[in-house]
Amino acid sequence: MFTSTFVDALALLATFDARVGEIVWLSLKVSGGAVVLGTFIGLPLGACLAVGRFRGKHVALVLLNGMMGLPSVVVGVVVYLFLSRSGPLGSFGLLYTPSAMVVAQTLLVVPLMAAISRQVVEDVWQRYAEELQVMCFSWWQSVTTLLYDCRHSLMVAVLAGLGRAMSEVGAVMIVGGNIDRSTRVMTTAIALETSKGDLPLAIALGVVLILLILGLNAFAFLLRQWAMQRYD
Amino acid sequence: MFPVRIDNLRYSPNGHPVLDGIDLHLGSDGITLVLGPNGAGKSMLLRVLCGLVEPCGGTIDWGGGVRPARGVMMVFQHPMMLRASVLENVALGLKPLGVSAPERQRSAMAVLERIGLAHRADDSARQLSGGEKQRLALARAWLTRPRLLLLDEPTASLDPSATAEVERIIREIRTDGTRILMVTHNLGQATRLGDDIVFISAGKVCEHTPTRRFFARPASEEARLFIQGELPWRMTF
Repeated sequence: MFTSTFVDALALLATFDARVGEIVWLSLKVSGGAVVLGTFIGLPLGACLAVGRFRGKHVALVLLNGMMGLPSVVVGVVVYLFLSRSGPLGSFGLLYTPSAMVVAQTLLVVPLMAAISRQVVEDVWQRYAEELQVMCFSWWQSVTTLLYDCRHSLMVAVLAGLGRAMSEVGAVMIVGGNIDRSTRVMTTAIALETSKGDLPLAIALGVVLILLILGLNAFAFLLRQWAMQRYD
Repeated sequence: MFPVRIDNLRYSPNGHPVLDGIDLHLGSDGITLVLGPNGAGKSMLLRVLCGLVEPCGGTIDWGGGVRPARGVMMVFQHPMMLRASVLENVALGLKPLGVSAPERQRSAMAVLERIGLAHRADDSARQLSGGEKQRLALARAWLTRPRLLLLDEPTASLDPSATAEVERIIREIRTDGTRILMVTHNLGQATRLGDDIVFISAGKVCEHTPTRRFFARPASEEARLFIQGELPWRMTF
């Protein structure tokens, strides 16, 4: 039973099963979209927190760090409430669409990416602050300069966000509904197929998920190595 | 902006006087070298002048006006090097001035040619030698055409040939019309570069005289002992 399940799972992968491909492609689109949005929101947000001096900064940092561990089902419920027909954004008709899943995953990855970005940028800011000040850099010019300087280190934040988005199941299940050929992604499909007893498909998707995350990490590692040799 | 008149400038973090009533007058031309033992307050004077540190007391009169925001630049002992090319690092100096990116690159290339680093424009700035990094930092400051350039030991830990190259660039910047105030511990450099010497000890200006007179007939006992290498370290507990 155990061996045959794995053999069937590998057969699904070896024959490029269309169903698997469809689910993987949607997962990549949803998580990729969330990470792209998270990059444009979370990284500058973290850098702004690192550079900015304002009242309540410590409270903001505690909140941000706390939100890193936000339960995905809670995010799912909140997004559901906003996007449901009677909610404030119900008129957009986004509930049970991949867009709703992108929104939910973006909310999950932004605090994580922002917190890592803040730490990375703050370390560099401490070294560069005086010189940037002497050169009359504005607050925003300092943020963009630091983000550019830390771009290779910030890959860690992007990878962490991608890992969180791709492995997340609760929020996308709630706001996406796990609808076949519409909002079914790898994690929700694995949960469903396991409960149905279709273990080969669940394992095939699990293998793809792990390979994707390992592959992206390996790519990021090589890119960082190259960048360090080129610029450090 | 000139003359810059500094009167009774004080800075005492935690009650410990680092600048203890500095009086100084800087005309519009030349290279002034600031000498003094470690902990005398030389670097702090530069930091106050460029606005990094707020003094506790005293006044700085910038030719009757306020300190021009972009008229004063400072080059640090360990200058910032972004993880970017030499050209990008130099061009960075013009970013706050609202200069367009192509114009920044063109101006940066021109100044790199003047400091002899044009052939390394595309290399990583972090892979430069110590002397080349200082030349890059000087180029970055020079690009903004400051009226007053503050240099904090730019040749510390450089070998003689790198030091000579940095000194050549400093002279060129001065010829270009920039007033220079430079901290150094290198007495040979002071004689080569300085038009006049400001000698600071224990947070006070002990004397401000032309270079030749400073080394021939130092007016203060502290300066005489410093030149002879006998001035004891300032110990504060």
